[in-house]
Amino acid sequence: MIPELGHFALVLAFLMALTATFFGLVGAWRGQSAWMAVAPGAVAGQWVFVSLGFACLTYAFITHDFSVVYVAHNSNSQLPLLYRVAGVWGAHEGSLLLWLLILSSWTLAVAYFSGSLPERFRARVLGVLALIGTSFMAFLLWTSSPFARQPMAADGADLNPLLQDPALALHPPMLYAGYVGTSIAFAFAVAALLEGRLDAAWARWTRPWTTTAWLFLTIGIALGSWWAYYVLGWGGWWFWDAVENASFMPWLASTALIHSLAVTEKLGLFKSWTLLLAVFAFSLSLLGTFLVRSGVVVSVHAFASDPSRGIFILALLAFFIIGSLILYAWRAPTLGSDAGFALVSRESFLLINNALLVAAAGVVLIGTLMPMFMDAFGLGKISVGPPFFNVAFLIPMLPLVALVGVGMHAGWKQARLGALQNRFLTLGLAGLALAVLVCWLGFGRAGLLTLLGFAIGAFVCLSAASLPIARWRRGEHLSLGVLGMSVAHLGLGLFTVGVTVAQTYKVERDISLGAGESYTLAGYDFRLVGTRPVTGPNWDGVEATVAIREGAREVTVLHPQKRVYRVQTNPMTQAGIAVGPTRDLFVAMGEDLGAGRWSLRLQYKPFIRFIWLGALTMALGGLLSVGDRRYRRAATSKAAMPAEAALAEGPTRG
Amino acid sequence: MAEELTSPNAAGARARALVPAVLFAVLLGVCGVTLYKIQHRGLDLHEIKSPLIGRPAPVFRLPSLADPTVMVSNEAFAGRPYLVNVWGTWCGECRAEHGVLLEIARRAELPLVGLDWRDERGIAGRYLATLGNPYSVVASDDDGRVAIDWGVYGAPETFLVGADGQIKHKHVGALSIDVWERDFVPHLKAGTAAVAAVAP
Repeated sequence: MIPELGHFALVLAFLMALTATFFGLVGAWRGQSAWMAVAPGAVAGQWVFVSLGFACLTYAFITHDFSVVYVAHNSNSQLPLLYRVAGVWGAHEGSLLLWLLILSSWTLAVAYFSGSLPERFRARVLGVLALIGTSFMAFLLWTSSPFARQPMAADGADLNPLLQDPALALHPPMLYAGYVGTSIAFAFAVAALLEGRLDAAWARWTRPWTTTAWLFLTIGIALGSWWAYYVLGWGGWWFWDAVENASFMPWLASTALIHSLAVTEKLGLFKSWTLLLAVFAFSLSLLGTFLVRSGVVVSVHAFASDPSRGIFILALLAFFIIGSLILYAWRAPTLGSDAGFALVSRESFLLINNALLVAAAGVVLIGTLMPMFMDAFGLGKISVGPPFFNVAFLIPMLPLVALVGVGMHAGWKQARLGALQNRFLTLGLAGLALAVLVCWLGFGRAGLLTLLGFAIGAFVCLSAASLPIARWRRGEHLSLGVLGMSVAHLGLGLFTVGVTVAQTYKVERDISLGAGESYTLAGYDFRLVGTRPVTGPNWDGVEATVAIREGAREVTVLHPQKRVYRVQTNPMTQAGIAVGPTRDLFVAMGEDLGAGRWSLRLQYKPFIRFIWLGALTMALGGLLSVGDRRYRRAATSKAAMPAEAALAEGPTRG
Repeated sequence: MAEELTSPNAAGARARALVPAVLFAVLLGVCGVTLYKIQHRGLDLHEIKSPLIGRPAPVFRLPSLADPTVMVSNEAFAGRPYLVNVWGTWCGECRAEHGVLLEIARRAELPLVGLDWRDERGIAGRYLATLGNPYSVVASDDDGRVAIDWGVYGAPETFLVGADGQIKHKHVGALSIDVWERDFVPHLKAGTAAVAAVAP
């Protein structure tokens, strides 16, 4: 009964979304106020019914309703409650439902906070968001209903063991919040293109939404990376896998968009470029969804791929991406051109930032899709791996990070960096000194690229920290926007330092040890004390006890596990990790070599925490800048920006 | 990026504005072709069944990883079964299967030929020096040409070549002891039995 209710709720949600689409878009086109007024209520209804559907599926999971095909395939009577709830988004149908729930929530939030926007513009934004909702709801109902029934199964096939982990229970909701959040900037862009008008107020409305989506995406990617680090058993934090790249491309495009929006808001420049980036960010999110779902690229962790559904997503993709880009080609040239700007100014730094970020996204896109292109054109089969990405990605990124440290301090329109020369010199030398101190003296050796990477990272950290400090000492007002920017860039610096050190000085050994034997790695003595069988709620496994000493000092005792989940019977490693601010010690179990011997993977990972700390700091920076007062002012003062005033504020044509 | 849209080249601006749409259309077109191939032509990107199975193993002659002046060839192993393992230091799964390769080498049922694919010589040498070297010889396939001859899609891949010089089995992805015993060992036993049957 409950599953049928859930299915019915989704049908109603579809109708609500369709209603909002029609009255939003057609109402705005025909200038019918009464029609447009329907849209906010309809998207609220859409949210209510999608939530109800989601609740019904969650209920089916919690109560072990194995007459629902999706539940029977992805749950089990022994599965703990946390993973029964997280199991809702453990495969295709449910994760699509989660995607829709998040989209509906974003849409509702936009409806709630957009009361001050011009009526037609608001109706168009809601109409576009509802159109996205309608299409994906149709996809869900026609090809992938999570409520399909079967005769009651005795027990379920269990959730993919890889997904039975707290970080992974949270990772998809965060990532989706980011993916789907790009749809808002997209809807704002399409609405602006439909109106044929775009001004600084438009950028001010769009910015906080884009930054919020970006911060969720940042957290989602960081969680995924952290999970891969301790669950996949390789001890790596990024693999350039197609699925990872699928989440990274929209991140790069969103990052570029945030910066381009800043210029559009302050100066009214880069208008059509900003629109294009908004379309790109959303397109790359959709493309990511498609790549993961359709199986057209090979990935080690595509959990929900099914080519038969791919064609449906491809059609949706073509409609939204090509449709909006054609609209762009038609309308963008009429939006008015930009005034020129000075060579040394914040906007020119941001232009370079955008070019480099888009180049980086292009590198990732090419690397990810090249095997598919080669095959499609009959050029043979290739695989593109880290050797390509690590080099090609660094080319745009190193100069980008270095420029961040300088560009942050540049003023709008015309910067006098000469006055700041001394400060940059001091900060740059301090960064280099830190690099020499840590890399050369601390780790005993350093290549040129290592020193460079560290010095640039440290320079960005120092530069980011000096900005609010300098303002505070001059007694200037420090807005949350500026503080957020500094914090986010500090995060980028920490991340750069972390990646440089972790990649250069990591030590990894695969060895075989018997009980009582030990191996010394990077000055740490790893001793295999013994192994014992362990049992979880739905798995059996072996747990090793590994004692680590540094000289005479006992550092820690780790308990890595190798688990076999009873139903799906694939082995899973659960690494034992000693976390520290300057280094992680990592032990993962490999193969049972018989006679009490095990192959073990031992790793010493210096500064690896800086990688995730850096990502979280970036997200915190995003959070701070969303809290800036000028966005709240824009949202609360009714009709603060009537159309004429907005036009007057826009730059003159020429 | 910068919009210089004065009226004389307005048409050019419009054409330029269409470029993103065209690029994405091509991209989606290729996605569609791939999808079609997966559904209707049986293209399986995950596990491409090697058309080489049951065919003679392609002969290669490549510089040795240990000493690039020395050429190594799989012809040296003709007449007995051997294993060809395609790997690279850049490949995480290869690292994951390395312990299994060491174990197979320790059992000494057959020689292992390593094909170091698109790798850096120095790093690969250090990799084997630190993790242990399961291979009888390692050929270094810098430009990946031999890997193409062998239809290698990704690393790791492992080929079993029989005493008759034919490829008996191919495994895509990391080996495990279970996979070895299930998919490879029976071929070896069958080979020995056949030889034993002919011998008397």
